[in-house]
Amino acid sequence: MFSVLHRAKRTQMVLGLMAGVVFGFLLQKGGATSYDVIIGQLLLTDFTVVKIMMSAVATGMVGVHLLRTLGLATLHPKPGSLGSSIVGGLLFGVGFGLLGYCPGTVAGAVGEGRLDALFGGVVGILMGTWIFAVLYPRLQRSILVRGDFGELTLPELVRTNAWAVVVPVSCLIAVALLILERAGL
Amino acid sequence: MEWLTAGRWSPYAVGLGIGILCCFTFMLSDKAIGCTTAYARTSGMIERLFRGARVVERPYFQKFRPEVDWEWMFVVGIVIGSFLSASLSGHQRAEWVPETWAAAFGPSVAGRWLAACAGGVLMGFGSRWAGGCTSGHGISGTLQLALSSWLVTASLFAGGVITALLIY
Repeated sequence: MFSVLHRAKRTQMVLGLMAGVVFGFLLQKGGATSYDVIIGQLLLTDFTVVKIMMSAVATGMVGVHLLRTLGLATLHPKPGSLGSSIVGGLLFGVGFGLLGYCPGTVAGAVGEGRLDALFGGVVGILMGTWIFAVLYPRLQRSILVRGDFGELTLPELVRTNAWAVVVPVSCLIAVALLILERAGL
Repeated sequence: MEWLTAGRWSPYAVGLGIGILCCFTFMLSDKAIGCTTAYARTSGMIERLFRGARVVERPYFQKFRPEVDWEWMFVVGIVIGSFLSASLSGHQRAEWVPETWAAAFGPSVAGRWLAACAGGVLMGFGSRWAGGCTSGHGISGTLQLALSSWLVTASLFAGGVITALLIY
């Protein structure tokens, strides 16, 4: 239905920028552009980041699957493998603990004037992605394909309709958030 | 219009907003929000300044060409959006060392800069290794119920929590 719009290159650039502005605005208002809030999450003392992420995932999961059922959206699940997803996630996590921002929130942190985010974080991430680009041909043949499972989704894994996973997972997220609030976190 | 100048919104309001934003990007742009390919492309643009067109000989830059795309504009938008929000609430700053860091490790700019840089390198490297970050996998991927994204998100929070608990 929106395929003409999807192909309109210039309009898409503007839409990308606008989506970023909304995302950055929301992250800043939520406190997720603050080192103190993010490190508080990793030290398990401040659950703001988890609350934002879980409510975003629950909302988006229901919304996007609804759009998909209506034929208004196509899913783009990322491919993965045990070697890529688990090892890469852990490496990312160590960096996350040291930097205290992620690649999205670091951009927001720059926007609110955090200089450690600009001169440390952004510079470091650029170097890290470049080092990966240099090593990619070697990694691609070895660890990245170890335990490859492609673009598998959880509903495909358990061979069921997507809604049979969307409904219970979003309910579980709601319960988890309720427990967090009850625990006073 | 007090909500626009408020310092903080409820995390649930913010999460709801991000979830709705994801629906719009899927529908209008056929895109899931994500951030790290923008950094990879930029690193290629920077290398091109030094090495010229040979940069695209790297297989990774054939996959992610060093050029401006939707996601690149998205990351620029994040800077602008956060700037607007912080300016409206008067939380705009010029700060080198965050409060929590200073309380634990002192006010040294060099110390914070080194840790941020080292963390950034590892994170940039790990994000491309895993094929995404806290947005691309953590939000967009998990909401699509991608197996890769649930594994990456669990691993990155595990790595982050362990690292933070070790250094603090």
